Amino acid sequence: MNRINKLFQEKPSNILSIYYTAGFPELGDTLLIAEELERAGADMLEIGFPYSDPVADGPVIQASSKQALEKGMDLKTLFNQLKDLRSRINIPILLMGYVNPMLQFGVENFCKACAEVGVDGCIVPDLPMAEYEEHYQEIFKQYNLSNIFLVTPQTSEERIRKIDELSTGFVYLISSSATTGKNLQVSQNTEDYFARIAGMKLKNPTMIGFGINNKATFDKACQFANGAIIGTAFVKVLSEDKSATAIQKFMKSISE
Amino acid sequence: MNYFVNEKGYYGDFGGAYIPEMLYPNVEELRQNYLKIINDESFKKEFHQLLKDYVGRPSPLYLAKRLSAKYNANIFLKREDLNHTGAHKINNTIGQILLAERLGKKRIIAETGAGQHGVATATVCALRGLECVVYMGEIDIERQAPNVARMKMLGAKVVPATSGSKTLKDATNEAMRDWVNNPVDTHYIIGSVVGPHPYPDMVAIFQSIISEETKKQLKEQTGSDQPDYVLACVGGGSNAMGMFYHFINDENVKLVAVEAAGQGVSSGHSAATTALGKEGVLHGSRSILMQTEDGQVVEPFSVSAGLDYPGIGPQHAHLFKTGRGKYVSITDDESLQAGLLCTQLEGIIPAIESAHALAYLEKMTFTGHENVVVCLSGRGDKDMDTYMKYFGL
Repeated sequence: MNRINKLFQEKPSNILSIYYTAGFPELGDTLLIAEELERAGADMLEIGFPYSDPVADGPVIQASSKQALEKGMDLKTLFNQLKDLRSRINIPILLMGYVNPMLQFGVENFCKACAEVGVDGCIVPDLPMAEYEEHYQEIFKQYNLSNIFLVTPQTSEERIRKIDELSTGFVYLISSSATTGKNLQVSQNTEDYFARIAGMKLKNPTMIGFGINNKATFDKACQFANGAIIGTAFVKVLSEDKSATAIQKFMKSISE
Repeated sequence: MNYFVNEKGYYGDFGGAYIPEMLYPNVEELRQNYLKIINDESFKKEFHQLLKDYVGRPSPLYLAKRLSAKYNANIFLKREDLNHTGAHKINNTIGQILLAERLGKKRIIAETGAGQHGVATATVCALRGLECVVYMGEIDIERQAPNVARMKMLGAKVVPATSGSKTLKDATNEAMRDWVNNPVDTHYIIGSVVGPHPYPDMVAIFQSIISEETKKQLKEQTGSDQPDYVLACVGGGSNAMGMFYHFINDENVKLVAVEAAGQGVSSGHSAATTALGKEGVLHGSRSILMQTEDGQVVEPFSVSAGLDYPGIGPQHAHLFKTGRGKYVSITDDESLQAGLLCTQLEGIIPAIESAHALAYLEKMTFTGHENVVVCLSGRGDKDMDTYMKYFGL
């Protein structure tokens, strides 16, 4: 059982997962920020490895990726930085990014490096389910790495079942079909969508992401899923002030 | 050897649909319906009627006598430059707007580099009364002011792409982001044989009218529908795929694809994708693209905005890898000289994109009997500034 499964077993509700971009705002910040987040109460982290053409992301995460790349972040550097991850951080860690950097690194090498440093899973929005199943599922299994798939309000029930079957860890519910960084508008439609998924009784836990940016949206999301993911709102904080105080203040604003 | 798409959306090792889940319903809807719609009799009738009466097809296949004399071969020019809006791009936008209507879409988005595809999209949206949003790199908006004005006059909203390098690649990213945010009522008219399956196949089918006509015209003019060579320029590769399409299985016809070398393949300012690229994923398909060792996409360079793209369509990658097509490159200087030569020998000012294909004739040797078709994909009006500056006119 990896750390993700263990987390959901121990804490079935109100899980707070934070996304931020590796190497942002400074190249060497990756682990320091992880430590601060764990200390401030984050249950899980998603560390973004930057890509030049992030089509699922809005302006804030795009800008952070661009800056990280300019500072010299790449997968080799990231895995180097994560070498002593597990002597410093206990909570589950996922890597999130786009498929091309992973392909160039080599999918097997990528999974192996994740296992070696103690990364528990990854989220690769543009790695399609069919491709994963045919070519990469076995490798992920071999290294006990969870692969997280996304579900949107437009995803059919049949496809959600298939995603649930292939997923290990959790299923990532996108609050509305949108790029990252939009505000969650909980309309009747959104509630119906969340309730519809909850009613499907998936075998995997669910996390809601995209548009979660404060206590109100976090709490709302937690009514329908095991927890929620905050990305853009936190990256915005980092771009203004990456100090421990600023990180703690942000985390408090969500949990208190 | 199968050079066309298989049931999984692949051309050999290339293709597929590497898209975030947010785009899946749209792309899947297209995948399930595009062949059914394209092969429907009412669609075919409407498509061909518009190509004839609105675009002005068939475009002539012109035996360029003075170029032929210079190169010691029969040089035929397929005159896509004579199409309405001045290039081959309109063949695809007519097809896709009719398809979008049949899918019940109300809003059209597109990306554009030089503005030719943007103009062709804005044109068909005006023709059919659909809302049109065109994404264009901020830098290209400055470089291509006349085309921006045309799009606006046609009623399109031109949105600057301010991310990344602010050119075609980033305009494509912005269009994809728009589609992610508008998953129900919007159709994305991609301008080239790139993107997730079924786009490369669908755009190739719409552009295949180029080689379909060429075959008939060659037969009438030479007695054979098989030329010795077919040449076309390649950015993403839509005019080339249209020009190659019906010749791909005629293995005695040599296919030559001409990429933009920019200031030289090794200059660091080039768009010669097959020479400089590696296999990877860009804009939803697995193909060959210019990238760093870490998989970050490299910004290409060419004097010609239409060839200034870091990838090629997956079918091109397959033709390249299997050796069915020969992929070569031409520098900025060589293309501009070829453009001037064509102008002075034939009275035709070609787009700088098309001039790349013409320039490769310089590098070939002929014995006087060969039939050579060059796709003259667009006219040079839009490039007058560049020509004038370069030649000091």
